[in-house]
Amino acid sequence: MSAHADTHAHDEDHGHHHKETFVTKYIFSQDHKMIAKQYLVTGTIMGVIGVLMSMMFRMQIAWPEEPNVLFEALLGKWAPDGVMDADIYLALVTIHGTIMVFFVLTAGLSGTFSNLLIPLQIGARDMASGFLNMVSYWLFFLSSVIMVISLFVEAGPAAAGWTIYPPLSALPMAQGGSGMGMTLWLVSMAIFIASSLLGSLNYIVTVINLRTKGMSMTRLPLTIWAFFITAIIGVISFPVLLSAALLLIMDRSFGTSFFLSDIFIQGEVLHYQGGSPVLFEHLFWFLGHPEVYIVILPAMGLVSEIMASNSRKPIFGYRAMIASILAIAFLSTIVWGHHMFVSGMNPFLGSVFTFTTLLIAIPSAVKAFNWITTLWKGNLQMNPAMLFSIGFVSTFITGGLTGIILGDSALDINVHDTYFVVAHFHLVMGISALYGMFAGIYHWFPKMFGRMLNKNLGYIHFWLTAVCAYGVFFPMHFIGMAGLPRRYYTNSNFPLFDDLANVNVIITIFALIGGVVQLVYLYNFFISIFYGKKATQNPWKSTTLEWTTPVEHIHGNWPGEIPHVHRWAYDYSKPGHDVDFVPQTVPLKDGEEELQH
Amino acid sequence: MTALLTIIVLVFILIAIWQMVKIFDLAQARSENNQVATDKDNTMNGYLMMGFLAFIYVITIISIVNWGDLPLISNSASAHGPTIDNLMIISLVIIFFVQTVTQFLLHYFAFKYKGEKGKKALFFADNNKLEAIWTIIPVIVLAGLIIYGLNTWINIMGVDESDDPLVVELYAQQFNWKARYAGADNTLGKANVRLIDIDRANILGLDESDPNAQDDIITTELHLPVGKPVLFKMRSQDVLHSAYMPHFRAQMNCVPGMITQFGFTPTVTTADMRQNPDMQEKVNRINDIRVENSKPLIAKGEDALERYEFDYLLICNKICGKSHYNMQMKIVVETQEEYDAWIKEQKEFKNSLIN
Repeated sequence: MSAHADTHAHDEDHGHHHKETFVTKYIFSQDHKMIAKQYLVTGTIMGVIGVLMSMMFRMQIAWPEEPNVLFEALLGKWAPDGVMDADIYLALVTIHGTIMVFFVLTAGLSGTFSNLLIPLQIGARDMASGFLNMVSYWLFFLSSVIMVISLFVEAGPAAAGWTIYPPLSALPMAQGGSGMGMTLWLVSMAIFIASSLLGSLNYIVTVINLRTKGMSMTRLPLTIWAFFITAIIGVISFPVLLSAALLLIMDRSFGTSFFLSDIFIQGEVLHYQGGSPVLFEHLFWFLGHPEVYIVILPAMGLVSEIMASNSRKPIFGYRAMIASILAIAFLSTIVWGHHMFVSGMNPFLGSVFTFTTLLIAIPSAVKAFNWITTLWKGNLQMNPAMLFSIGFVSTFITGGLTGIILGDSALDINVHDTYFVVAHFHLVMGISALYGMFAGIYHWFPKMFGRMLNKNLGYIHFWLTAVCAYGVFFPMHFIGMAGLPRRYYTNSNFPLFDDLANVNVIITIFALIGGVVQLVYLYNFFISIFYGKKATQNPWKSTTLEWTTPVEHIHGNWPGEIPHVHRWAYDYSKPGHDVDFVPQTVPLKDGEEELQH
Repeated sequence: MTALLTIIVLVFILIAIWQMVKIFDLAQARSENNQVATDKDNTMNGYLMMGFLAFIYVITIISIVNWGDLPLISNSASAHGPTIDNLMIISLVIIFFVQTVTQFLLHYFAFKYKGEKGKKALFFADNNKLEAIWTIIPVIVLAGLIIYGLNTWINIMGVDESDDPLVVELYAQQFNWKARYAGADNTLGKANVRLIDIDRANILGLDESDPNAQDDIITTELHLPVGKPVLFKMRSQDVLHSAYMPHFRAQMNCVPGMITQFGFTPTVTTADMRQNPDMQEKVNRINDIRVENSKPLIAKGEDALERYEFDYLLICNKICGKSHYNMQMKIVVETQEEYDAWIKEQKEFKNSLIN
């Protein structure tokens, strides 16, 4: 980032002037823009680890128990003679899930863009509390470090699946990874949750209190609405996971029986009595389900904003978009039981959760149709960010539709915990959220680094990724519907599934290509930070406030007064104006009506 | 080795791409190059959008043709199976219809309205009628699915004790299954893992003082008489497991510390299912693959893979530790006479204890 070493020369005094050293500027920074970049880079590094893991276990699934030099090099003692061990297979699956869901798609996505965009788009000098914001990032960093350290413990990292259901996760004798590896997993996640809560509280307070003059709630860009509601869901649900993690720590280390009862393992009866693993499942999914919306809502917000800007059209149905975010947020907290239809809970509860779950399809459908209508009769600027946004809608539809099978308790009996589930959630929240994140990075890279990403590399990145994403996850639905359970180290003990082996090879080849293609993006990202084309102030000709700030970052965001806002964020191609966008800072003309729907 | 070669090839492809982009960039250098999409980019990507739409359709068709013959959607072997299959097929038809239409609209619009300099987009911010339409249509479709789904669910999960079901306990442990039949009294004896006594071969922790337990029968294969309702009571001794019987459209977790249950009526015997033409075709296909896979083994002097013969299976479908991938039990569905003959040969609990 040395290219920006001279930026503080442009710093203006806004009443909190202080001399910046390297440490306060790049490490313990309280500036939301720098913190956003820190989140992004940390999330990217974790993402590389997570994707590498998935490439390794995909190779194991496609060519089971075949020696592989890559395994020998990367897994060491866990791959004697290059053959992957069954325990480490489960560990890879577990840590891949944990890293991608929490460290990449929660912190990396929401952490980056909430931090970057909330102050800039609402017209604030910084977050409500810069200090808490800094603490939030460093807690996230600490939890990332602990999670990475957990990969190297003697008995192996946590391997009970990212859902860490006890008793498997509670008993070191049930599985090697449930020893020190699981302890570190729990500690890391507890710290992660603290980080996430501090961040969320900050976002909520900032959006409520620090909007500039004229920025009413119904003039907010949809990005801010999405981040705001995401933060609220996070504050409601993350503490429940924290309590689950703490109770599990108690069971593991202090002899309590919250989740354990009547266990006979390795020739002895354990003392646990009266607890219930199903209770853990309830607590876990009370966060776990809202978590997928914590992941997807920010992506939806970014995509809405990017689509409007690149279509040169207002987002269609602004109020309906807000209403559907609210509806999704509300419903997300009362559907967790659809992960537990066959857990042994009362079947009547299953009926209730089926009902609430299928209702989510309604606001989701509204959003999908509104995005499609936003494209209709637009003047689409096919920037890489726009491609990823269109890709987002595509994978969100494909992945979301199969939700009506999984959300239906009667059908879930048969496809529960098969590859059908894996295909579903990877498309609807994994790939979609990743596309949202990429879209955001391509779109706001000029805002973050003052330079442009190379668009041709962006095109290659998108198209190859898009083909691979479908190549991996579309056929996967079919092996799931054929009954293949997930988290199997090898399927060779089931001749029944022999005719699915070739599908798994196809999926793995697409996955490997898809993984390697991300190098194109990484190259583009890191090279462009230093050598990218210099950005202009408003390269995409957008209406929102962040593009009124100078290209070079300054503390406090705007050199002079904070601009006032006179209209909503989506006056693109408005009749009566010469240019096809009217920034929010432009006052209404005489007789001009503010269209605010 | 294959994997390594694949990776090397991929790296070369990447380098090739990188070089091509460089050439492309240099070629553009003279014209305005501010990394914002030009009309040319818009056109190219618009066409690629249509190409991608075709790709989605092609991969859909390929998947259905190659792998659409799903044993989990047809040929169920339980009484409630066909209702689940029907609901699944209805859901899939709706999904494929909506998928085809919406993906078309999305990609076609992306192609049709690709940007051109000087063109102005339509300022179209809102339309209550349209939004009402695409709120109400999903509401109606989902209402239908919810009602059908809940009806099916309640019918499956509701246990009708008046049917006098055969009561069988499924007992899970790392990493195998046991079945316990209730014996002549059709009542399972009390049991708790605290009562397990390996030395006396009381491996399931039955209460030796309970009269109902005396005639219980513990087996390592699950035999079920065809046409007779069976009610499974599930137990686990260590961690969560899930008793998944895909051919019967049945699944329930086994939870330490509690007893879960699931009931169904098997309708097709193993022998009949082996005669089913669909199943025979699948078995032949699998055996062709196994013959092919045996060739390298034979070349290495190892034994060829065994021929596959169809059997119903109970498999573990909840991550349970290292050997999760190999936790299975054979299920045999047979006529009442065959079942009676088989159960007669099994040892009763009171006779299986070592004193």
